[in-house]
Amino acid sequence: MRSIINYLKEIILGVWSLLKGMKVTGSYFFRPGTIITQKYPSNRKDLVMFDRFKGEVVMPHNEKNEHKCTGCGICELNCPNGTIEIISKTIITEDGKKKRAIDKHIYRLGMCTFCALCVKTCPSNALAFSQKFEHAVFNRALLIKTLNKPGSQLMKGVE
Amino acid sequence: MEEKEIIPVPDEQQEYVINMGPQHPSTHGVLRLLVSLKGEMVKNIQPHVGYIHSGIEKMCESMTYTQIIHLTDRMDYISAHINNEAVCLNVEKALEVDIPDRVKVIRTIMSELTRLQSHQLWWACFGMDLGGLTCFFYGLRDREKILDIFEETCGGRMIVSYNCPGGLMYDIHPNFQKRVKDFIKYFRKILPEYDQLLTGNVIFHERTKGIGKLTKEDAISFGVTGPTGRASGFSCDIRKHEPYSAYDRVQFKEILFTEGDTFHRYVARIEEMWESMNIIEQLIDNIPEGQFAVKMKPVIKLPEGEYYQRVETARGELGVFVISDGNKNPFRVKFRSPNFSNLSVLNHIAKGFKIADLVAIGGSLDLIIPDIDR
Ligand code: SF4
Ligand code: SF4
Repeated sequence: MRSIINYLKEIILGVWSLLKGMKVTGSYFFRPGTIITQKYPSNRKDLVMFDRFKGEVVMPHNEKNEHKCTGCGICELNCPNGTIEIISKTIITEDGKKKRAIDKHIYRLGMCTFCALCVKTCPSNALAFSQKFEHAVFNRALLIKTLNKPGSQLMKGVE
Repeated sequence: MEEKEIIPVPDEQQEYVINMGPQHPSTHGVLRLLVSLKGEMVKNIQPHVGYIHSGIEKMCESMTYTQIIHLTDRMDYISAHINNEAVCLNVEKALEVDIPDRVKVIRTIMSELTRLQSHQLWWACFGMDLGGLTCFFYGLRDREKILDIFEETCGGRMIVSYNCPGGLMYDIHPNFQKRVKDFIKYFRKILPEYDQLLTGNVIFHERTKGIGKLTKEDAISFGVTGPTGRASGFSCDIRKHEPYSAYDRVQFKEILFTEGDTFHRYVARIEEMWESMNIIEQLIDNIPEGQFAVKMKPVIKLPEGEYYQRVETARGELGVFVISDGNKNPFRVKFRSPNFSNLSVLNHIAKGFKIADLVAIGGSLDLIIPDIDR
């Protein structure tokens, strides 16, 4: 007799535990808004990433097409996996001195691990992170970027 | 043609060997288990690791100490922050630098958030392994909130790279405290729902209670740490025994059970989530003012010698062992990763159970494969 009662009790408690779980899922069924995290492809237009988000390394230029990179090569040295390659050139300044300057700042997005060491160690704050995160391209060669724009110059006052 | 005599193998010697993995959803990564079966019974399990061996330990030997951080991120990528902290603490210990209180407190809060999100993801996957797909969605929904906090302050979601030797990469975001407090308030309401959904479920009980028992002696001899070891009664919480960062100034319980079965490994993690929230609540309002990093030399060189630092990640004890010969690169780095030892116990506890139980047992060990194949 006792075993039958225990058996029935087990069944009822078991079903009750299932119902308790279904209460939770059922309540969400009527308020679906609370279980959505991101409606990603459809909210693409007004999706704002956090301003510290590490999307890709960029070199901000001002409206006169000037950047702050002096071509010192510290970012290349600090990058753990050879993502950055600095090709520098020698220029003659107005007062006739020879000076090292950036020719090409090559950045391989496909290799970057977003560790932020380059941005942090750059002595003249020439690098920054952009918030762009949709990096997919059809051709791998497009992932190799030159960060300094063509014809750009060193900003006045940056040594 | 010569006729060959077929000698029938006696029934009790027959074994059926199958591969579980390397691509199997319940191994949570590229782990291959060679399972010998007798009918549905598991007779023997031989884990084969190395499918995604990344050579992190060897790579560390050609990196500076600041660069190592981005590799440890990728080792146990679910508790990236805690891995980074281990390396940083080791370097700071070797150089004998004093770390500001602010850094210690922020690191502790971040570590506990990492632990929380790791357990949430584990809960989600464990539910899914046992057939409760709903858990997966709910777990990830709540984890998203922590990842947003990470994203706002560190710039990364899982791979945070927020620590650096000497402190933190940047200061916390002005919204950080408010967001964390909002999250704790939210999650205190949500966590009981986890219990209603899964912990009390009768099917879940049947599949986990008494399955895959691990005794305390075995846990110690296999070196099983973390919630898995503590569910067997092995008191191994580094946060308690060897407090680092700000763990010495907070009150929290070490979750210990004696049963050691799959169900208690589950409950141990749920209880740890409550404890993590307690720790965060004690610290979040009293983050001391000060610097977020001490100024270190641009090229960090450790004095010659051997250094070891242990931390408690979400899965157990992580040890970082560094031998330095005085150069800017370490001579040798060895990680004692919790998952490797936890995997070693799988054969021992899953023997004699059904193959469906193997999924439950494997899930309850919470394995992260890149941490095994580092
Ligand atoms: S980006 Fe900065 S660190 Fe890199 S070469 Fe230019 S100035 Fe130097
Ligand atoms: S973020 Fe890191 S990996 Fe990427 S370019 Fe900068 S230093 Fe190199």
